[in-house]
Amino acid sequence: MNQLGFPIISLVAFFPIFGVLILMLIDKKAEDTLRGTAMVFALIEFFISLPLLFSFQNGIAGMQFVERYNWIKSAGLSYYVGIDGISLWIVMLTTFLTPICVLCSWTYIQKRVKEFMICLLLLETAMLGALVSLDLILFYVFWELMLIPMYLLIGVWGGDNRIYAAVKFFIYTAAGSVFMLLSIFYLYYLNYKTTGVFTFDLLELYKLNIPVSVQFWLCTAFFVSFAIKVPMFPLHTWLPDAHVQAPTAGSVILAGVLLKMGTYGFMRFAIPLFPYATKQFTPVIATLAVIGIIYGALVALIQPDMKKLVAYSSVSHLGYVMLGIFAFNMQGVEGGLYQMLNHGISTGALFLIVGMLYERRHTRMIKDFGGIARVMPIYATFFMIATLSSIAVPGTNGFVGEFMILVGAFRSLPVYAIFATSGAILGALYMLWMYQRVMFQPLDKEENKVLKDLNLREIVTLLPLAVLVFVMGFFPGYFLRKMDASCEYFLKNYQQKVAFYEKGLEDGTSRIETVLEENNLRRTLD
Amino acid sequence: MLEFVVPALNLKAILPQLILALTALTVLLVDVFAGKDGKTSLGGLSLIGVVAALVTLFLSRGDFESAYAGMLAVDGFGFFITLIICLVALLSILVAISYEKVCPEIRSGEFYSLLLFAAFGMSFMGSASNLIMIFVALETMSISIYVLAGFKRDNLKSIESALKYFLLGAFASGFLLFGFALIYGAAGTLDIVKLGSFFTAHPDLLHQPLVMGGVALMTVGFGFKIAMFPFHMWTPDVYEGAPSVVTGFMATGVKAAAFAALVRVFFVAFAALQTDWTTIMWIAALLTMTVGNLIAISQTNIKRMLAYSSIAHAGYLLIGFVVGSEIARSAILFYLLGYAFANIGAFAVISAMGSKGEEYNELSDFQGVGFKYPMLGLTMSIFLFSMAGIPPAAGFMGKFFIFSEAIKAGYVWLAIFGVINSVISLYYYLGVIVRMYFKDPEREISIAAPAGTLVAALSLAAFGVLQMGIFPSYVWDLARASAKMLM
Repeated sequence: MNQLGFPIISLVAFFPIFGVLILMLIDKKAEDTLRGTAMVFALIEFFISLPLLFSFQNGIAGMQFVERYNWIKSAGLSYYVGIDGISLWIVMLTTFLTPICVLCSWTYIQKRVKEFMICLLLLETAMLGALVSLDLILFYVFWELMLIPMYLLIGVWGGDNRIYAAVKFFIYTAAGSVFMLLSIFYLYYLNYKTTGVFTFDLLELYKLNIPVSVQFWLCTAFFVSFAIKVPMFPLHTWLPDAHVQAPTAGSVILAGVLLKMGTYGFMRFAIPLFPYATKQFTPVIATLAVIGIIYGALVALIQPDMKKLVAYSSVSHLGYVMLGIFAFNMQGVEGGLYQMLNHGISTGALFLIVGMLYERRHTRMIKDFGGIARVMPIYATFFMIATLSSIAVPGTNGFVGEFMILVGAFRSLPVYAIFATSGAILGALYMLWMYQRVMFQPLDKEENKVLKDLNLREIVTLLPLAVLVFVMGFFPGYFLRKMDASCEYFLKNYQQKVAFYEKGLEDGTSRIETVLEENNLRRTLD
Repeated sequence: MLEFVVPALNLKAILPQLILALTALTVLLVDVFAGKDGKTSLGGLSLIGVVAALVTLFLSRGDFESAYAGMLAVDGFGFFITLIICLVALLSILVAISYEKVCPEIRSGEFYSLLLFAAFGMSFMGSASNLIMIFVALETMSISIYVLAGFKRDNLKSIESALKYFLLGAFASGFLLFGFALIYGAAGTLDIVKLGSFFTAHPDLLHQPLVMGGVALMTVGFGFKIAMFPFHMWTPDVYEGAPSVVTGFMATGVKAAAFAALVRVFFVAFAALQTDWTTIMWIAALLTMTVGNLIAISQTNIKRMLAYSSIAHAGYLLIGFVVGSEIARSAILFYLLGYAFANIGAFAVISAMGSKGEEYNELSDFQGVGFKYPMLGLTMSIFLFSMAGIPPAAGFMGKFFIFSEAIKAGYVWLAIFGVINSVISLYYYLGVIVRMYFKDPEREISIAAPAGTLVAALSLAAFGVLQMGIFPSYVWDLARASAKMLM
């Protein structure tokens, strides 16, 4: 299945580690060398991830570039990686955002540059590893590994209240995931009982028929773990803290990729593994998603702090993603996936923009600004582009995603969709209002009159994101085509499985014993 | 007339232990004849002995047998325990050599030879297959450690630690011995294998007060040594007062040896009683980890904190014990080794946190250490993450094996309590990392740059932790093969 005949995924996933080793050898006082080296590695990493995109075969639903080796043979653990249409773009987003993060930290991070860059590259490996893992324990290892560098990024380089935010972030996320771990064990055991094979192979576990009563509990554990990461209302409280305290690069990574891990986890793990329980949970999730959309928007509306405003807008945007996925039709799911990328780009850009202003003024309070557009015209342009993308104006990427999600939702969850649409209006309200208060209005503060416009480095940082906003807005086809096959397969699989369980419940064959028996039967037939 | 049979002197079966004992004696002799300069070589000499023991351990692996008229079971299980003990001794000696600067008292033959004698006793505890043999090994170990704990002669805490450990330990030994006596009274034999077959043949005797009482008293005795709730009260005081290197040694070595004996006695001799002690151990496991973790949160001294954390780890290990399958026993072995690396490593860092005569053991002393002493900070973080069970460290893999086995065996609730406890423990482990990296120092502390041997110990322990976490296959297969052979 590996079309390149070369372990490309491992190379992409572990290349940053190589960068970490090189950085360790560099003297910590040579700060510019450190920044440059990290930048070079992040860029090379991006370029070596491009073959994934270009050799990706659109028509195939299954995993591509697969690699597999035994890890602990007797326990059924394997190093099993591959990507499909669902993970491809998030992988690309990760390798795309990391150089931008290095660039935006160039002057922002003044102390402990070496350790900062090491954390950033380590985080990249952990995120990529989690995205490509097809073995549940391998996934879990990377999933937890993501916490450590992120924890350090917030805790060492964060704002005044960083320790509280870092510890809260770590414990919140870890607490969610340990129950997922137990759930994984139970799946493993169930699989052994039905097939006689010890394995954590995700694709094998997909095939497992899980008794409905058990499915409910296992699904809950997975859902909670991913819902914390997304974060879904009411498990979102760690996010504003973490975002506000984190340095800009940390916020960009957090918004761009880490939150996507939650929604990605739903699509890759929770839903295909527990389709029937998912169906039962759909009203709950959709309700929480809609609450998240509206609540996030309302809270964002009244924030005096720009960064906190963007953080709460994340809660709202991620609500859309969840609603799209749980619409369970092509438009919804693809829209959700598309919106994950959009959110990474537009919110990433917004955090960068807020960070750049903070670097100049050391405040993020909206009331401290006003009339900035007059002194910083280039900055104003980029800010406008990111704002428009965030509120989904036609022509930007945000429009495509939000439109698809709402179309999908109207088809299967009409009531929810009506409420969700109000979020779009609120979104325009809080973003444009903030823009107005910060950029327009009279330039009445002395400190603001001398602000310098963006320098070349900052323009280079924002330009790729701004270009992508329009590319993804005008040519969504290129992006969507690569998702098509996998999303179709995801839906087909979900619907078939749900039908199977429903039929089983009707004629009473979904009780534990019968399902187990049937599994055994299937085993002998195979 | 009774025929007297001289038992075959199978020296090969006990070669690693023999080397440990001979090295201990040599160290004592060298100490007498060497001058002041010669004393610096004592650590090196002990080191050579431990390495030789490790090498012979691997060379003689495979000849599994019962030796010395059934006194010793030279089996896979014993092999693995001896492996842990030898590694623990190796690391402790490496740390001790550099610790001489902080605590000059330990530069003496007595220290190194007592450490080796303790290791000798621990190793025999892992392979003893006769109750009396277990007792003798346990006493060899314990008495050496009582002395080691009080090695800082003019430090009140150290003396308190030694005395407390000695008095309570003596009581516990008494319980254990009395338990053995009751069992002997009921079954007429002390041989563990024979006890097993005796109780299988006479299930009616199992619930006699004599046997039940004996098992209960033995549980108390072993429970004391592994720091199981409610016999854990001594741990914080003793761990705090003892010299840091000794604390690391006993937190890992004693636990491994006592767990080995516990597993062997309960699974070989009292397998027939399993349903009875499972319930008790279930509760003990739950309380042990919960009490350990909850109290650890409020500690301000790092040695006391790690003492409570070691109680919690005993609780996790007890989950494996309750599950009791062969894979669970492998998981116990794996966990013990991973825990040993991480814990000795952590105590190595603590022992480095001192200068002449003064030690910095308060948690606040760790503020800012991470960036000031990158080596100590980095390795300490690795060890703490391992103990917290965060991948990719050995502790995660250990918990992975234990909890997955618990789920497999149907102890879902115990596994749930286990992971809840892991989350609780995160709080205090992270607390140390918060101090090391996120906070600025409160008071200036000056510590010597880590000596070569300390760097070696830290690297070795960190390597062990990461190797067992990232490529666990080798050690896990070794543990599986070892646990299969429990005579």
